[in-house]
Amino acid sequence: MCNNCNFNNLKYDSLESYISTLVSNSSSTTERQASLLPVLYKAQEIFGFLPEEIQEFIAAKLNIHLSEIYGVVTFYSYFTMKPQGKYRISVCTGTACYIKGAEKVLKRLSNELGIDEGEVTKGLTYSLDTLRCVGACGLAPVVMVNDKVYGNVTEDMVPRILKDCKEGKNE
Amino acid sequence: MYTIKIKINDIPVEVEAGTTILRAAEKIGIKIPTLCHLNLHDFKVDHTPASCRVCQVELKGKGLITSCATSVYEGMEVFTNTQKALRARRVVLEMILSDHPKDCLVCDKSGNCELQSLGEQLHLRNVRFKGRMSKHPLDFSSQSIARDMSKCIMCRRCETMCNTVQTVGVLSNTGRGFDAVVDTPMHRPLQDTKCTFCGQCAAVCPTGALMGIEHMADVWRVLNDKNKFVVVQTAPATRVAIGEMFGMEPGTIATGQMISGLRRLGFDRVFDTSFGADLTVMEETKEFIDRLNNGGRLPILTSCCPSWVKFFEHQFPDLLDIPSSCKSPQQMFGAIVKTFYAKKIGINPKDIVVVSIMPCLAKKYEAARDEHQIENMHEVDYSISTRELGFMFEEACIDLTHLPKEKYDNPLGESTGAGVIFGSSGGVLEATLRNAAEILDKKPLQNVDFHEVRGLDGFKETEVEINGIKIKAGISCGLGNARKLLEKIRKKEADYHIIEIMACPGGCIGGGGQPFHHGNTEILQKRSEALYRIDKKSKKRVSSNNEAIKALYDEFLDNPGSSKAHQLLHTIYRKRNKE
Ligand code: SF4
Ligand code: SF4
Ligand code: FES
Ligand code: FES
Repeated sequence: MCNNCNFNNLKYDSLESYISTLVSNSSSTTERQASLLPVLYKAQEIFGFLPEEIQEFIAAKLNIHLSEIYGVVTFYSYFTMKPQGKYRISVCTGTACYIKGAEKVLKRLSNELGIDEGEVTKGLTYSLDTLRCVGACGLAPVVMVNDKVYGNVTEDMVPRILKDCKEGKNE
Repeated sequence: MYTIKIKINDIPVEVEAGTTILRAAEKIGIKIPTLCHLNLHDFKVDHTPASCRVCQVELKGKGLITSCATSVYEGMEVFTNTQKALRARRVVLEMILSDHPKDCLVCDKSGNCELQSLGEQLHLRNVRFKGRMSKHPLDFSSQSIARDMSKCIMCRRCETMCNTVQTVGVLSNTGRGFDAVVDTPMHRPLQDTKCTFCGQCAAVCPTGALMGIEHMADVWRVLNDKNKFVVVQTAPATRVAIGEMFGMEPGTIATGQMISGLRRLGFDRVFDTSFGADLTVMEETKEFIDRLNNGGRLPILTSCCPSWVKFFEHQFPDLLDIPSSCKSPQQMFGAIVKTFYAKKIGINPKDIVVVSIMPCLAKKYEAARDEHQIENMHEVDYSISTRELGFMFEEACIDLTHLPKEKYDNPLGESTGAGVIFGSSGGVLEATLRNAAEILDKKPLQNVDFHEVRGLDGFKETEVEINGIKIKAGISCGLGNARKLLEKIRKKEADYHIIEIMACPGGCIGGGGQPFHHGNTEILQKRSEALYRIDKKSKKRVSSNNEAIKALYDEFLDNPGSSKAHQLLHTIYRKRNKE
């Protein structure tokens, strides 16, 4: 197991047992590569983000070059290498949402939380990100908090969204 | 294989099925420009991402298509120079250039850059598009490879070399859209990765994004320092490549001109790395025979390629005991200069500077390794590539084609044919077999030619009977091929006695520091043949017959494998991080 790891072994164990359901020693390169996306997805679900040490762990377990894993992690905006807040706030900046004022909403959120896009508040409560089209263009502009979707969002709705978080409605 | 008839610009062409339009057009003398595409046929590398679109042609009834990625079909009619096709290529090039620093005048790659030649070929006089410019930090962290990703055009040839051919796996496409760039894992400086510094990425990069780190300024400085005695050694593969930079035919043997050129640059002594190679053969043969006779670990793997050494240190740390402990010819040579030779000529080794001319970028890294020092002195002070030597000649107004042919200085300029073929894949092994056969059979060899181990193939093998023992030998070049062999050894599925491994496809003649071949592997073939021509013409073709080597053992080292030899000529390997 990783020597200088910051995570408890239970999390690594559960990632490892997930990996063992997908690949074994006899798996082909193609099989191992095909398992990379689900494994990264699972890892982010378990750890919340994908820092260096977790990518190295996966590289070793799947016997895939770290460079390849890093390439995939940086390609998909879903994956993140930074820790996320308890409330992950994502503003859609796809074409429809952008035209309908996503930028203003983003700005307001950034002001209220005192962080920029891609950052997380002290104490890891809120993190703020943008997403490409989430496929709900009819509701543009769209903001997601964890799995909950807010549609037709205006600047003025921002305080209410944050209040929902405080009241635990978004957990 | 059946053939297909097509028409290109109304000219009928008949080609094999599966041929691309690009290749079919070449047959009738039409050279369609390309940029991202790279086909190293001899090494089975076909890199066709079809991403740059500069090779577009017009297909009758269909419009524009990429000629590098489209195969011919019966009755196809293609036009390579319609206004539509020409305009499309031009627009594509303008878009690429709109995000390219146009500092050709001071770019390392100027004169060798495929993007620059493309601009020339299309006679582009203006770039109409203005947009955002990519900015990426420079990476000069290593001794060997310089990275300036703002010059990257995302052809991804380097990834194919690093990941598919070499299987080292340092480079990957990262990010997306405009921000996409080829990067190391976690954006680490190359120095902190498992990069082997083979330089194959730089050898195929069409632009100045990946280049060698240059040490010419250091060499100029010591050449002009009156208090320094500057000794140069030239690697085998450089003599059959340097001529290309001065318009000589590939495969020209330019040893004599290179030597006189080096004298004119001001080197005090011009010596030959092939002397170091002969010495390596002596030590390695001794080690091989010892292992063979005393039940030591077999196969023994050669260790003259620093890139290969770094590869196994990272990726096969469990096998550190199989490679030979011999240093490379470059390092053995440096060690002998700073001990034996310094004493012989009565100069304090601290005042001697050893410069090496190498076909390789990893040799720079090798020279800087901590293991390769004697009393806090580097055995080799500066290693420069064949290309850098060519640049130095140019700068000093030396035209190689007009120089007289001179000879190496003595004694460290004496070598045998065996020492010279080190530069081609299979050469080290052939040299070692020649020597082993003489020692074990205790009589001069009748036939010193081992043809089956020569050539550019990624894997070759042979079996020879020496003194009643059947010796099974394997040769691989290209780290991907080496990996396959190592995996077999790890699983105990290989029954070789001796294996030669070179990191670069074709061996050192195809090194990352050689004049650019721009995808034409025939050039490598010719360089290799030239080395074997030198060998064939040599009076002495077995390393143990080198008189200067004999004298070195008599006067200084005692015997191959002696404790003195071990102290100076052998090294240790260390386990390195997996990534
Ligand atoms: S660094 Fe060079 S070889 Fe690699 S993608 Fe960029 S331009 Fe192509
Ligand atoms: S020098 Fe060789 S190992 Fe290093 S990045 Fe380039 S191709 Fe890969
Ligand atoms: S653009 Fe935001 S949901 Fe489609
Ligand atoms: S050379 Fe054909 S698309 Fe780049």
